[in-house]
Amino acid sequence: MKFSIQINEGPYQHQASDSAYMFTKAALDKGHEIFRVFFYHDGVGNSTRLTTPPQDDRNIVNRWADLGKEHDLDLVVCVAAAQRRGIVDDGEAERNGKDATNIHPQFRISGLGQLIEAAVQSERLVVFGD
Amino acid sequence: MSEMIKNFLYLNRRAPYGTIYAWESLEVVLIGAAFDQKVSLAFVDDGVYQIVKGQDTSESGFKNFSPTYSALGDYDVNQLYVERESLEERGLTLDDLMPLTWEDEDEDWAEKDSIRVVSRAELAGMIKDQDVVFSF
Amino acid sequence: MSELHTVNKSPFEKSSFDSCMGHVLEGSAVLLYEDGVYAAMQGTTAEAKVKSAQGVKIYVLGPDLKARGIDAARLIDGVDVVDYAGFVDLTIEHDKVVAWV
Repeated sequence: MKFSIQINEGPYQHQASDSAYMFTKAALDKGHEIFRVFFYHDGVGNSTRLTTPPQDDRNIVNRWADLGKEHDLDLVVCVAAAQRRGIVDDGEAERNGKDATNIHPQFRISGLGQLIEAAVQSERLVVFGD
Repeated sequence: MSEMIKNFLYLNRRAPYGTIYAWESLEVVLIGAAFDQKVSLAFVDDGVYQIVKGQDTSESGFKNFSPTYSALGDYDVNQLYVERESLEERGLTLDDLMPLTWEDEDEDWAEKDSIRVVSRAELAGMIKDQDVVFSF
Repeated sequence: MSELHTVNKSPFEKSSFDSCMGHVLEGSAVLLYEDGVYAAMQGTTAEAKVKSAQGVKIYVLGPDLKARGIDAARLIDGVDVVDYAGFVDLTIEHDKVVAWV
């Protein structure tokens, strides 16, 4: 079955991203397809490569990135939500005159249309939030 | 974009301003309107506060996004369901809400109400009829 | 058509659980996870609502129960424990997922 996942909360503060990760992994393990993972609201914070948790804790960003790499997942960060919260890629840095980027290369920034398209194309949309 | 037409329900359960969920979910509705899906909005629990009239953020330092709800009709988003029980629990009536309308092209642009007050049971039935439910 | 409703908030902190139970229809299911698992315990003020849901199957996510130190023996009778794979299966058994976040 074809799933898409929506994540509304950032890492660590809420369990939402952890739950979404475990669900996504379980779905992949069962042979299902993940059409897209869409990060919205504070969920865009799951994409910053500058995250540095203590060594004995999980690295939520890298964990998503690794799963994404392994399964060729489309990890999409909402551009409007990202701009508000300072999540920046090369394109956004250039467009908005920022002196740095922070997005992990396994993620991509795109528009809200990607969420709608995911909902249209997928058989199930599963939302994780606060 | 796609030939598939699905029934989309946006489930709004949060009050405005205290958190950004209401505003950012409205942004999804506006973008989603371009996708020609069959869209409904439900205002349940504190979500009914989103469309209370008379919102004035002039002394709060943030943007008043309530006028955007009035523009939804222009985006062909005109199925707004407000749960009666949620209104009553909060001491509100339809008169406390913004008058949200749309113009019906098929009836010589007659102005029609977008808001329909429905019971909790009716709303439960509506949820059943959807293909996708968005929660924010 | 049937729904899988998900609740991830404690019934003592937020109205998500109450709201979910007010909208769930016969033949649908509710999955309690994250802090939502507290609604599945015996002897709470939420218990009556769990028990009164006619024809609604209630599930609870095992890993979240364990993390919070809740023994399955303390669950309300009739509540079934699933793991993440079971969570995935539930989303497939039902036509859509309604998240009461």
